[in-house]
Amino acid sequence: MNSVPDIFRILPEVILTLTGVLAMLLDASLAPKSARRWLGWVAALGTTFALWASLWQLSLPEGTGFYGTVETSAFTVFFHVLICGIVLVALLLSLDTLPEDSHHQGEFYALIVFGAVGMCLLTGAVELLVVFIALEISSIATYVLAGYRKQTGRGPEAAIKYFLLGSFATAFLLYGIAMIFGATGTTQIYEIAHLVPAAQNHSLVLAGLGLMLVGMLFKVSAAPFHVWTPDVYEGAPSPVVALLSTAPKAAAFALLLRVVYEMLPSLRPVWEPLLWVAAVLSMTVGNLAALRQQNVKRMLAYSSIAHAGYLLAAFAGLGESGIAAASFYTAAYAAMNVGIFAVITLASGYDEKLPLIDDFRGLIYRSPLLGSLLIFFLASLVGIPFTGGFLGKLTSFSAAIGGGATWLVIIGLLNSGLAAAYYLRLALVAAQRPDDEKTNAPEPKVGIAVGAALLFAVAATLVLGIVPGDVLHAAEAGAHTLQAPPAEISAPGTAVLP
Amino acid sequence: MTAINQSILTLILLLPLAGAVLVALAPDRAKLANWIALVTSLVTFGLTLHLPAHFVLGRGGFQFEVNRMWIEKPAIFYHLGADGLSLWLVVLVGLLAPIGVVASWNAIQSRRKVFFALFLVQQTAMFGVFLSLDLILYYGFWELSLVPMAILIAMYGRRDGPKAALKFFLFTFIPSAPLLVAILWLYKETGSFDFTTLQILIAHGNFPGYQMWWVALAFLFAFAVKVPVIPLHGWVADTFSEAPVALAMVVAGKLGLYSMLRFHIGLFPVQARAVAPVLVGLAVIGILYGACLALVQRDFWRLMAFAALSHLSLITLGIYGLTLTGWEGAIYQILNHGVVDGALFLLLGLLYDSYSTSQIDAYGGLAGKLPRTATFFVLASLAMIGLPMLNGFVGEFLILLGTFTGVSKGWAIAATLGVILGAAYMLWLVQRLFYGPESALTASKAPEDLRTGQMAVVWPLAALMLVMGVAPGLWLPTIEKGVYLPQSAEQWKGPAVAPPPVPVQSALPVAQDEEGQR
Repeated sequence: MNSVPDIFRILPEVILTLTGVLAMLLDASLAPKSARRWLGWVAALGTTFALWASLWQLSLPEGTGFYGTVETSAFTVFFHVLICGIVLVALLLSLDTLPEDSHHQGEFYALIVFGAVGMCLLTGAVELLVVFIALEISSIATYVLAGYRKQTGRGPEAAIKYFLLGSFATAFLLYGIAMIFGATGTTQIYEIAHLVPAAQNHSLVLAGLGLMLVGMLFKVSAAPFHVWTPDVYEGAPSPVVALLSTAPKAAAFALLLRVVYEMLPSLRPVWEPLLWVAAVLSMTVGNLAALRQQNVKRMLAYSSIAHAGYLLAAFAGLGESGIAAASFYTAAYAAMNVGIFAVITLASGYDEKLPLIDDFRGLIYRSPLLGSLLIFFLASLVGIPFTGGFLGKLTSFSAAIGGGATWLVIIGLLNSGLAAAYYLRLALVAAQRPDDEKTNAPEPKVGIAVGAALLFAVAATLVLGIVPGDVLHAAEAGAHTLQAPPAEISAPGTAVLP
Repeated sequence: MTAINQSILTLILLLPLAGAVLVALAPDRAKLANWIALVTSLVTFGLTLHLPAHFVLGRGGFQFEVNRMWIEKPAIFYHLGADGLSLWLVVLVGLLAPIGVVASWNAIQSRRKVFFALFLVQQTAMFGVFLSLDLILYYGFWELSLVPMAILIAMYGRRDGPKAALKFFLFTFIPSAPLLVAILWLYKETGSFDFTTLQILIAHGNFPGYQMWWVALAFLFAFAVKVPVIPLHGWVADTFSEAPVALAMVVAGKLGLYSMLRFHIGLFPVQARAVAPVLVGLAVIGILYGACLALVQRDFWRLMAFAALSHLSLITLGIYGLTLTGWEGAIYQILNHGVVDGALFLLLGLLYDSYSTSQIDAYGGLAGKLPRTATFFVLASLAMIGLPMLNGFVGEFLILLGTFTGVSKGWAIAATLGVILGAAYMLWLVQRLFYGPESALTASKAPEDLRTGQMAVVWPLAALMLVMGVAPGLWLPTIEKGVYLPQSAEQWKGPAVAPPPVPVQSALPVAQDEEGQR
């Protein structure tokens, strides 16, 4: 009945796992003093293969594998490609910016790849326990990466904070899963979707939904579960933040979409207002706090909270339009956010010699390329047309208006006007003529790897802003599969009503 | 020829962008960027001249149209077109660009590549605003036009660039948020972003009444800030005194005024008619307020900013007087303002480059040292004041006539008072800068007078002032017949800009509106 071998359903994850293991083993078997930078290329190559494998999965008939626990569909492929793309850029970025003498380089690359395994699996999982496992895989890798600069005080602090709060969040999620299992007797998402409308213990389902939402909103750093974000971003190395602020969020948004639109569409009256509140809070809290920041990474952390808010606005959209808009926004946000962290990594170096906004003064005079790119990505974050940021906002808000949430959109757009103030502050400081030639600023060197990463991010931001047709189509195709689940589920029909 | 006619607008739009890319990629050598920018802007200007040459007078609707799908869902089209309203504005932007390049030739000494690349991007954005007939495309260029301006103000600001840039950006960016909401709401109701489609649908559609009022108000608000209409003018003085000369002269006023005519009056005639009295009042206040403030400025950039406020308010008066004469005068005056302000900014920029101060008190007696500059400055000032035979007169006269006959005699008289004040501050400025005894500053240096390259720019402008003054007939027919305007003010009872395909029913919304008022 299911002619596709199960292993093909998780082919990208398998490739990534093998790559990670390979990088780790090679790291261990090399002489202690020998160069380990090339392990990054190994990881990048493996990620490229995984990306290609994800695209290849499109040729598979849509369906589930491993007893109905993982799925491949246009939706999963969209997010797989997105996550693999982000990971690839993050790897290329680390290749040139990680100091030559940094310890455990192989481990660093392996951890990034292992994180990618979890994130990819999270987007494909259609069974709540696999969801949980995938989330843990990705979280544990990112906890370690967040504390990678352990010689500085901030690094371990960031890691511990992220670990403790993140564990709480996953615990909430797990508890929610347990409750939903209690109410429906199954953890398979499609079966839950069938059973929930008839479930007798409705309050248990509601409690489960609430707890799961807490866990997921934490992962996407939406207010009021956002407090960890600025500290972690400040402490973690910039290339890692480029990854942290995008890939795990993309995965978590994919999960959120799956849970609310596919698993519990019948509870729309319940989750929609909750997500409304989260959206408005995230935008407002994120932007107001970002206005007051002096530290660039903290500012961008709050900005990412605000963007989570804009993205959540798309959830006010009905059915496919909402899902497609949210997926597209995730891609647009990832492209510009990875890009801006790449520029910041290059401009201020791995040890962050330029932590403050005012330190960026005259960047465009010191390095016209980096200065222009910084302004370009900031313009995209502001939502200037012909960049991904604008079309992302446009699709998200037009989906919300289509869903009748005009007020949400007004709040959102006023917020994006507010946000322009702090993005502009950084952009204008970078454009300002410097007082004198600062000497402690590192000379930005743009190597091949990081050049490719920047090119990739710029191209993605422009493509998403100028010729977004294909990506929009892909997002719509994904949305379509999410709305119309495959008729046959290769799962044992063990579902029992309690 | 048809192939050219179909692609000319795209060429005009993309050529400056291509020039910008070229500037960005070119090696950073001496004045290479300047030359690329100059050649690009001259060629673009040449292309814009194709439009009036091949514009078919008397054929309604838009010409040189391009309409291709850009994004399928939401349905956004790459829809460009020119009519009598946008035609000359495009030519004006094309004309001002090379002048801007010449004005920045020596003024911009560092990071020339960034400057000229952004300058050309700004030009693309301006063309885009005037030519786009899809609301999202239009909005895109509208927002895009803010970015180069803000960055260049920050980079080359005279005193506190970043602050002025931030003020400029936020003042125009935040009001465009409601504009986007309004556009999206229209899309939700009609399924279209297309200007011509929307015009018909709005004229004949049944929309829940009060919501359309909010939508119209959101449009108006965004445009009023950009013009600016009093009391939304907070950004003007800082922007003018900090912006590089080339940008100040290219940007001033045009975008907002054009958008008011096209998208506010054009899409929401009923609502526009209802708010028109308010805007007429604000415009007259703006004329007088701007003129009074210009009288007391000590800094010539700020003086020019408030003079611009006064003149732009006069044009606003012409637009919201809702008379045909007023509209003709307003559009003509936008062109005049561009030419005259272009010349004045160019000359003041040269003075500033020579003496590094914009304090009027510091100058004096320059006429002897810089006879050419003085001559052209006086000529441009007279044109600005509205001396008959020069272009300013025609526009001002038409606007005031339209107001006097079509709106109210009182407002027209008050506005005329502002014109008199305008003569006062401009002539006083001329006197303080160029006549009287030489000041310590002007005695200390003997700068070069206008050089050949600069003369090559100033002469055509001066000629244009004269030709536009004595032969407005070259322009007015296109403006009058090409724009979707009713033939006479008396006929103007329905939508100001009656959509041509369905002229029969155009009285429909009026009837509703009148009932609503009763």
